[in-house]
Amino acid sequence: MSERFISFESIARRYPAKDGMTTVFEDLWLSVERGEFVCIIGHSGCGKTTVLNILAGLDAPDDGVVIVDGQAIEGPSLDRAVVFQGHALLPWRTVLGNVAYAVSSRWPKWSRTQIADHARKFIALVGLAGAEAKKPSELSGGMKQRVGIARALSIEPKILLMDEPFSALDALTRGTLQDEVRRICVETGQTAFMITHDVDEAIFLADKIVLMTNGPGAMIAEIVKNPLPRDRKRLDLHKHPFFYPVRNHLIDFLVERSRTFRDNVPAGFDRRHPPIVDPTAPEIPETGAVRLVKINA
Amino acid sequence: MSEGVRSAVLSALILVLFLAAWQIATQGTGATQQMDPEYAKLMGVTATQGKSAMPGPLDIGAKLMEHLRSPFYDKGPNDKGIGLQILYSLARVAGGYLLAVIVAIPLGFLIGMSPLVSRALDPFIQVLKPISPLAWMPLALYTIKDSGKSAIFVIFICSVWPMLINTAFGVASVRKEWINVARTLEVGPFRRAITVILPAAAPTIVTGMRISIGIAWLVIVAAEMLVGGTGIGYFVWNEWNNLSISNVIIAILMIGLVGMMLDQLLARAGRAATYPE
Repeated sequence: MSERFISFESIARRYPAKDGMTTVFEDLWLSVERGEFVCIIGHSGCGKTTVLNILAGLDAPDDGVVIVDGQAIEGPSLDRAVVFQGHALLPWRTVLGNVAYAVSSRWPKWSRTQIADHARKFIALVGLAGAEAKKPSELSGGMKQRVGIARALSIEPKILLMDEPFSALDALTRGTLQDEVRRICVETGQTAFMITHDVDEAIFLADKIVLMTNGPGAMIAEIVKNPLPRDRKRLDLHKHPFFYPVRNHLIDFLVERSRTFRDNVPAGFDRRHPPIVDPTAPEIPETGAVRLVKINA
Repeated sequence: MSEGVRSAVLSALILVLFLAAWQIATQGTGATQQMDPEYAKLMGVTATQGKSAMPGPLDIGAKLMEHLRSPFYDKGPNDKGIGLQILYSLARVAGGYLLAVIVAIPLGFLIGMSPLVSRALDPFIQVLKPISPLAWMPLALYTIKDSGKSAIFVIFICSVWPMLINTAFGVASVRKEWINVARTLEVGPFRRAITVILPAAAPTIVTGMRISIGIAWLVIVAAEMLVGGTGIGYFVWNEWNNLSISNVIIAILMIGLVGMMLDQLLARAGRAATYPE
């Protein structure tokens, strides 16, 4: 087993409901290696945002622990930066002010110029040099999310957490931002954990795609190892021979198995070690997860 | 002509019409006929000339010029310039209002941030809020034993509620994601309150402050009529006792103008505090 940089160990989250408790998920295990880009996909309500919030420290599991870099997490930390779905910029601060707020929280002893210089560097990194003095209300949706990314990266976190960061953006902007995020994460070896329900986005960005079944009582059905080359380009991704096998596999999961998996869990399925699947491999791994690519054909 | 100019012209027209109607209504109707001259002497101008005891706009204008020439004179307890009286009132309002700010904003923060405190204090606020501030006056006079301080207390008690309620509401409705931004950046509770919650809730807080200053200026007139001594409220009542309707009208005008200025001041603060999203 390779190094477990992030390790979810049997976490559960339950909410009080009319008749007793609703279990969003329980006995959930997942590990992420350092420098890995992991995407979670699943339908709304499967608890993927809850998983991310627990990792961020904004929510706490009812059972189990999450260990990051050898330490159980207790609340939010500057080691784990979050890019929020709705950008969550402070509207009364400028672009520079928003990023500088994060920088000054990370390094409270830095001087004002040191903070501003550091913030400027990350604003430039996301391609917003020149817009430092603008207020969020003067920016387009894509630019706002860039600021959100700059803010998260500026504190140089061990892990970058993203909750459907591009879901509110138009297709073109989403594409360019995906490029930026992939470039930055590959260049800096950034460990990233992202939630999405965009299959193409997951294939382009992730090294590992975690498939979650529908909630309540959601579980990790399998982990898809992305077989695409590391130096992939977004625009000719769909020409790669591995692209469609992976895409079909993911879509089949979302359409069919995310719903039915719970009722016919394959023999030998171990929540602790969900099967790692390579949809392009001729043979299915030992756990025998059913591949539905064939049904589609 | 632009909308602004047209509305200004219309405003001026309404003013002129109002003043003209006023002037005509209060003008004498001329000598009343067929009245015994002896009787006429007894009756005075109101009966003989049809002249109303209500002053016309020209009388008010003349009196106003008189006041404006020396607004701050002080010739003893019952003869002070109108400007000086207004300053007394403003000082009381400022005192009570600032006390209210000092109490209401931190308490509002506490209520807004803690649902427990909010629920616990809610019944008290609901009962205390609708009490007319003047109803507190006897209690204030008895406990404080100083009429000036009692007036300040009355201003305090009437301005505290809108600020308290608005601050609590503003703080409670700060967007969860902004709070989460601060939490993920490990910003401590105090810094979070200053750098996130305060600016986020500022527009709502300032709106509460604006409502409060309006109420405080309404209440000071009534309070000063009760406590007497100084202030524009006392001035109104004193001039009524002097049967100087002109001075009463001028005081009413001044109360309106000062009230408007206070409101504009807070409106400007409100614009500075708002942020476009």
